Amino acid sequence: MHEMSLCEGIRQVIEDQARTHKIKAVRRVRLEIGRFSGVEKPALEFAFDVVMRGSVAEGAALEMIDLPGRAMCYDCAHEVEIADRLAPCPDCGGGKLMPVAGDEMRIKDLEVI
Amino acid sequence: MCTVCGCGTASIEGQGHDHDHDHAHHHHHHGHGHDLHFGQGAAGVAVPGMTQDRLIEIETDILAKNDRYAAANRAVLAGLGAFAVNLVSSPGSGKTTLLCKTIAALGDQPLAVIEGDQQTANDADRIRATGAQAIQVNTGKGCHLDGHMVGHAMEHLDLQPGAMLFIENVGNLVCPAGFDLGEDCKVAILSVTEGEDKPLKYPDMFTASRLALLNKVDLAPHCDVDLDLYEQNLRRVNPGIEVIRVSARTGAGFDNWINWLRGSLQRKRAVAAAE
Repeated sequence: MHEMSLCEGIRQVIEDQARTHKIKAVRRVRLEIGRFSGVEKPALEFAFDVVMRGSVAEGAALEMIDLPGRAMCYDCAHEVEIADRLAPCPDCGGGKLMPVAGDEMRIKDLEVI
Repeated sequence: MCTVCGCGTASIEGQGHDHDHDHAHHHHHHGHGHDLHFGQGAAGVAVPGMTQDRLIEIETDILAKNDRYAAANRAVLAGLGAFAVNLVSSPGSGKTTLLCKTIAALGDQPLAVIEGDQQTANDADRIRATGAQAIQVNTGKGCHLDGHMVGHAMEHLDLQPGAMLFIENVGNLVCPAGFDLGEDCKVAILSVTEGEDKPLKYPDMFTASRLALLNKVDLAPHCDVDLDLYEQNLRRVNPGIEVIRVSARTGAGFDNWINWLRGSLQRKRAVAAAE
């Protein structure tokens, strides 16, 4: 996908936080990544190390928390959890599902000193 | 994976990349490698009594910065009562041809075009040949337009109140889905030569789009394709998507497409007038 630019987004948020909170160094960054976000985790880890160099988050540990994919079924009108984007509705077997959650790419928190 | 994105390598046609960036829109602290200017603020400052680890809750979207630029673009467009479409598709789906025909069909409707490509100003040249104003944004190695590039491009266009703005994104069915540009909606163009399962292979883009234009329908008899199956697969990944079958070459279906555009603009202007 675009893991390098995502990491630059992360770096910008961290640098903004560093200014407001007088952060000396970031030890750990926790992200929440939705199942349908399209993020390639190994690529994100690689890009993270490279992009954080020279910042307060250089050498910080990266932790990714998975968030489930959820969709609204247009057949039975239930909101259901689905494992993959094209999976049928687990309640009625219908195939018309509109994703309602799972595209998250969020920075949850930072462990800092 | 595309490795380099964003304004560090983007350029607006007709200007070098070292153009003046000190106007309000542009806070130029993007960049790559030696161009990064972060970490010169509070970072590195010793804080007395603050030696223990602490946790800062952030809960911020990674693309928050892009979203802020997009929101600023959206506010400008809302103020003008202008309707903006983000045209997304694979390379070669016929976006630029479709856009040229659309401009001709819209007659004296005020409009402007932002053309996104990795390289060349070919597409903007083709648009200008129709008499419409167009600006080319080259993303360099970047695989998508972002809110920042589009905001910058909008400053170079003379957008009239009640105008239509067409943003032709980089031909790519993956990354542009995730980057809000401040548009009113995405319109996906899918040509019949691409195969009926395209929406299933790249669901995100079609889920993010309000309308799909099924283009090059004049070729359908030569391609052994099932147009109904295209629509079925589009609705499988986005049950709410609208579909219009068109051919930019023959003009088939263009009445529906032009009506859709005019109707959308009318609704946008009504909202702008009410506010």
